Amino acid sequence: MIALIDYGAGNLTSVRKALTHLGAEFRVPDGPADLDRMTGVIVPGVGNFEATAVLAPEWRGAIAGAVGRGTPLLGICLGLQWLFEGSEEAPGAEGLGAMPGTCALIRGGPDDDFGIFKVPHVGWNSLHVTRDSWLLDGVGEGDQVYFTHSYAAPVTADCVASTRYGIDFASAVQRGHVAGVQFHPEKSGDVGLRILRNFLERAA
Amino acid sequence: MLSKRIIACLDVRDGQVVKGINFEGLRSAGDPGALARRYNREGIDEVVILDVTATIEKRKALARTINAVAQEIFLPLCVGGGIKDEAHADAAIEAGADKVSLNTAAIARPELLTALARRYGSQAVIVAIDAKRESGAFRIYVRSGQQATERDAVEWAREAADRGAGEILLTSIDRDGTKSGFDCELTAAVSEAVSIPVIASGGAGTFDHFVDVFTAGKAHAALAASIFHYAEHAVADLKRHLASHGVPVRR
Repeated sequence: MIALIDYGAGNLTSVRKALTHLGAEFRVPDGPADLDRMTGVIVPGVGNFEATAVLAPEWRGAIAGAVGRGTPLLGICLGLQWLFEGSEEAPGAEGLGAMPGTCALIRGGPDDDFGIFKVPHVGWNSLHVTRDSWLLDGVGEGDQVYFTHSYAAPVTADCVASTRYGIDFASAVQRGHVAGVQFHPEKSGDVGLRILRNFLERAA
Repeated sequence: MLSKRIIACLDVRDGQVVKGINFEGLRSAGDPGALARRYNREGIDEVVILDVTATIEKRKALARTINAVAQEIFLPLCVGGGIKDEAHADAAIEAGADKVSLNTAAIARPELLTALARRYGSQAVIVAIDAKRESGAFRIYVRSGQQATERDAVEWAREAADRGAGEILLTSIDRDGTKSGFDCELTAAVSEAVSIPVIASGGAGTFDHFVDVFTAGKAHAALAASIFHYAEHAVADLKRHLASHGVPVRR
């Protein structure tokens, strides 16, 4: 059973729909203690990094505990950013800290489209696979996925795919059984479903 | 590199897809779920459901349509048409929409954009602007293009972005349904004025029209309905054409 964490920052309908399509058994846990019985945890998210603060402290502790016991964890969008230590978006809010680094606002580079640099980064962009991982098994170099975000994680040793938009940022990360994707796999067609399936197999 | 998005619009009335000429004279183009499935197969990047005759008693039918489409595609799905308050937006999102588009209601109550952006994030809030050329400017019309306002499209686009809208869906009333090409001047004027993406709409007739709007029009996405509905052109053919003209697209 997969725990789908609902911290009230956006809608879970698309994620639920994709998980149902893939035949996953999942539910929104009633309380932090429920995580003890789960085989995997998904932290989805859209909105502001500060919204993740409502996860603290009980949820944060329970999720950290589950990770400590070896339960696979997938962070989606804001959920990926939350795996890091913090974000420029909400300097007071603490991340899970499962990966070193701080998320920052995407800033434009010289290759901006028409000289207009749009933030948020919205739309389909390509994955540059930086190393092998169970998360991206079957995903090809240059495959495109759907993004919508203004802040992004740095490219570090935990990065398994990077994407270029003004800067290079970490579009997928993985360290052991902890993984995250900055894009929305539930809205990224067959490529996205493949990535969700990879997580579900890991969390089986 | 960020791809230019190709968006299919399903103009829905009583659960059936229709398409008007200059917002009038509707002919049926089929079942929304079946069309969405076909577009997904052909490589569409996003789908918009526009309820062209939204009324209170039809909202339950709309929720069924949204759900039928959402079951078929794992792509971004936007719903617009008659969304007047937070309850309407909630119902659309609950039924499976990722984004809602507001037009008349946003002009009447701009604070609605801010309220929805706080609740769902700006990425879920699209402001739809229907504009018409009048004496050298772009005047906004509301109520499905029937009622003129005193607002200028460029100025309102700026305000809507400041208030929390995450994207702009910009329709040229002059071009809508004519197949004579997007209004690239209108699109570029708005795109240059705001820091959020602009979706161009109205006038798609040939593949070259899309090349134009993605270059001269400075659009980040382009929306069309009838050019896709009647299988006049496949989405895949359009993308091949764009790629051969140096426009980045998802293949």
